[in-house]
Amino acid sequence: MFKFPQEDNPDTVTVTIEGSEVSVPRNCSVAAAVLVSAIGHTRTTPVSNSPRAPLCMMGVCYECLMVIDGQANRRACQETVREGMRIERQQGVGPTR
Amino acid sequence: MKAHYPLLIIGAGPAGLSAAIVAAEHGLDVAVIDDQAAPGGQIYRAIESISPERIKQLGGDYQRGHELVAQFRASSAEYHPHTSVWSLNDRQEIGILTQDQTRIITADHVLLANGAMERPIPFKGWTLPGVMNAGAGQVMFKQAGIIPEDGVVMAGSGPLLLLLAWQYLHAGVKIRALLDTSPYNNLLRALPHLPRALMAHHYITRGLHYQNMIKLAGVPIIKGVSRLSAHGDNKLEKISYRRHGKTHEIETDLLLVHFGVVPQTHLSRAAGCRHSWDNNQQCLRPQLDEWGATSQPGLFIAGDNAGIGGARTAEHAGRLAAFQVLFQQGIIDQAQRDREANKDRKWMRDDLHIRPFLEKLFRHPWGLLAKTDDDTIVCRCEEITAGQIRAEFQHGHEASNQVKFITRSGMGPCQGRQCMLAVAHILANESNQPMHDDAFYKVRPPVTPLTLGQLASLYPEEQE
Repeated sequence: MFKFPQEDNPDTVTVTIEGSEVSVPRNCSVAAAVLVSAIGHTRTTPVSNSPRAPLCMMGVCYECLMVIDGQANRRACQETVREGMRIERQQGVGPTR
Repeated sequence: MKAHYPLLIIGAGPAGLSAAIVAAEHGLDVAVIDDQAAPGGQIYRAIESISPERIKQLGGDYQRGHELVAQFRASSAEYHPHTSVWSLNDRQEIGILTQDQTRIITADHVLLANGAMERPIPFKGWTLPGVMNAGAGQVMFKQAGIIPEDGVVMAGSGPLLLLLAWQYLHAGVKIRALLDTSPYNNLLRALPHLPRALMAHHYITRGLHYQNMIKLAGVPIIKGVSRLSAHGDNKLEKISYRRHGKTHEIETDLLLVHFGVVPQTHLSRAAGCRHSWDNNQQCLRPQLDEWGATSQPGLFIAGDNAGIGGARTAEHAGRLAAFQVLFQQGIIDQAQRDREANKDRKWMRDDLHIRPFLEKLFRHPWGLLAKTDDDTIVCRCEEITAGQIRAEFQHGHEASNQVKFITRSGMGPCQGRQCMLAVAHILANESNQPMHDDAFYKVRPPVTPLTLGQLASLYPEEQE
């Protein structure tokens, strides 16, 4: 759906998205990295299990809730990627502790 | 972070930054808190980390952010990024969340400068992955130069749609079509406001330039579009729309929609500030005096969450609020306040000449706002359809809040930010009433979701 620019040669970090290691620009939000990785949906809804993906990318829609480093309900658009970060889709309400 | 500030500013966009610069210049102990990782707000997002190449693609207006952010960084104002606000009340107590830790801090004066959000308008298929806001596309472009991979359809009404299309063309993006949902007669209604708009003619010149460049690039600009729909199994595969009585389809994996922007009012409403329905801007906005003071003492609002005026007006409004705070705290006298304020008022007046024209030109038709199909989801979080909302109206539940209690519409993680306007419009249409000041869900803290653990962290002494 989206791609990184070709002309830039940015400083990158390596993150794991749904089990696959990918290299992404350091300034990138988790949600942007996930949209480029083309995994399709980023969560399923607790109500009907339907697939959703980020809508607003500015923190107001809560559609980008993902499991980041084992923590559920993180707004992927408000978090910047970090080296070694583990990013997973959130199924429904996500894992409970 | 301290427990108390003479002035606390919420939001690091143009209004918040310019207010902080003025306050700090006069020696006031001021702090700015912001949800984002870096200053600039949505409009100047990523301004400190962006490549020169991309700045060129984004255009001249964006560069203004450099100067503003540099001045802010050089000032003595405190800056706390990655900090969100979940509560604000009439005692100037601010509930904040930073690094999973909640706190309540206080301030003598609070300036709310948390800006606008894109107007959500529900349409068939808008919850499908592959349907996003145009502003979201622009955020990714600013952040990391991310662009659509395999073309995009852009749809809606508003200046940002043209701007983003122009920016995308510079970056080599294929735009399959630009679908304009504003009615044909908008132009006629806007024309009487053109003479005044010409006093801020640089906006019009630029708008026409974008439109010409988009046409020259061979992008089909399709006007008079209605019944926009998104289709696909689990992700977007195609979109459809009606025009001149016929249905048309376009295959695409990405649809970016934009229906203008509206003030973010959750915090100001939670704090009990009076708001009113603005029929020209088709949104709810706070009632303010000429300095941006709300109906709650000590609480000011500046920028697009005061009503849509754009980035330059936001800067001046931020400065005006800061002058009044400085005056009320005895740091400057009335003569100095008024002298300083005069310049900002003049700039603001000049900048706002364009607004009545834009409001008419990009006005959304009632049908698009209020006649949502019964099977379309309105509340995305709780998956409540327009039909369910209408059914509750038929059962005698005619107010937004009643519908909320019964259906859970507006009770999900976004706390009604995405459905509040649509629910109010649907109910107004059912009752044949115009929109009014109290047509909306009530807002109570926490205005953003908190975990019990985060809430419990307010009282560390009670934890083991």
